[in-house]
Amino acid sequence: MAENKKTPIQEITKGIIKENPTLVMLLGMCPTLAVTTQAANGIGMGLATTFVLLGSNIVISALRNVIPDKVRIPSFIVIIASFVTLIGFLLEGFVPSLYESLGIYLTLITVNCIIFGRAEMFASKNGIFASACDAIGMGIGFTLALFIMGSVREIIGSGQWLGMDIPVIHSNPMLIFIMPAGGFFTLGMIIAAVNKLTNKKPPAEISCGGCESCPMAENCSGKGSAEK
Amino acid sequence: MKSLLIILLSAMLTDNFVLAKFMGICPFLGVSKKLDSASGMGIAVTFVMICATMVTYPIHHGILVPNGLEYFDTVVFILVIALFVQLVETMLKKCIPSLYSSLGVYLPLITTNCAVLGVTVLNIDNNYSFIQSIVNALGAGLGFMLALVIFSGVRKKMEYADIPETFKGVPATLIAASIVSVSFMGFSGLFS
Repeated sequence: MAENKKTPIQEITKGIIKENPTLVMLLGMCPTLAVTTQAANGIGMGLATTFVLLGSNIVISALRNVIPDKVRIPSFIVIIASFVTLIGFLLEGFVPSLYESLGIYLTLITVNCIIFGRAEMFASKNGIFASACDAIGMGIGFTLALFIMGSVREIIGSGQWLGMDIPVIHSNPMLIFIMPAGGFFTLGMIIAAVNKLTNKKPPAEISCGGCESCPMAENCSGKGSAEK
Repeated sequence: MKSLLIILLSAMLTDNFVLAKFMGICPFLGVSKKLDSASGMGIAVTFVMICATMVTYPIHHGILVPNGLEYFDTVVFILVIALFVQLVETMLKKCIPSLYSSLGVYLPLITTNCAVLGVTVLNIDNNYSFIQSIVNALGAGLGFMLALVIFSGVRKKMEYADIPETFKGVPATLIAASIVSVSFMGFSGLFS
């Protein structure tokens, strides 16, 4: 992205709307579906991911000239996993209830495609400040998407929103929305709505962002063949 | 102590990794277009899951716990998986080229598959014994393959459907996945 320099503000805003990691680039689907049974969990997961993304983007960008190209993937993994361990400790210590409800998905931030994708596509090519802005933008975009998902599922599925009861729905909640099936359905509907609003042709296929964003693409023996 | 059969079946059906726990959604949506690539990915994931469990379990209980280093779990496990995938790929390429040509494509995608890291961490969290862990990994892998194979059939039929422009592609796929997930809800309560 060296050819078209962006201002810090643009770096931040592009992650929120134009390149929203979840709803437009379709990265990090697993946590999006798994933890969004409640709006509050969505925010918690989003902020935890933002923290890891910010930390890893800054460190990777600072070390980008030190890490040899051949071992960059293991190095990125270790940096990301260290930040995940760190946020695990912080949450366990200060917000134990959130730690409980996120459970194993907190550990699984390590393999979140968003973090890996940003490390590979952005932080390893850009300066520290730009990477930090990019991380904040992407993090906010992810948090926002999770919050919307969580709100829809919580309001319809359990008749509550951030702990408040919603009058009519509260007595007759549609339980299926907080079950796994409802997660798939809600995400499908939200992506369809985003497609409609942005008037964009829907992306034909997902496979963690395709080969361009795939960190393994360089060593991949069958480029493109898996997603045919 | 749960019996091994119950662990196997509940990891496969009631707690299906893809449709109930939302792990490994990316390959589920990306590789499930054709039946043979879906089963190939399923076999590769099952294989890596079992092998990763066999390696991470002794590391956790033999090295990390005695030294009070359990908090290194995530870092160590993901490195083990990444190294392991690389190793398997190289070995298959050299020793069994025919198997490599059918599975090799999927191997690099597995490192970032959260189902593999998920199953190794879950085995530790649930305090399974070594044998139980391996059975759980086998069940999780088979469940992953089952979901992929079933879904590839659904998607084949969907290609003939006339889907509204807005829903084409990912949204329609997700809604179909939701319906498949409903069918798996029928298994809930089977073993509890």
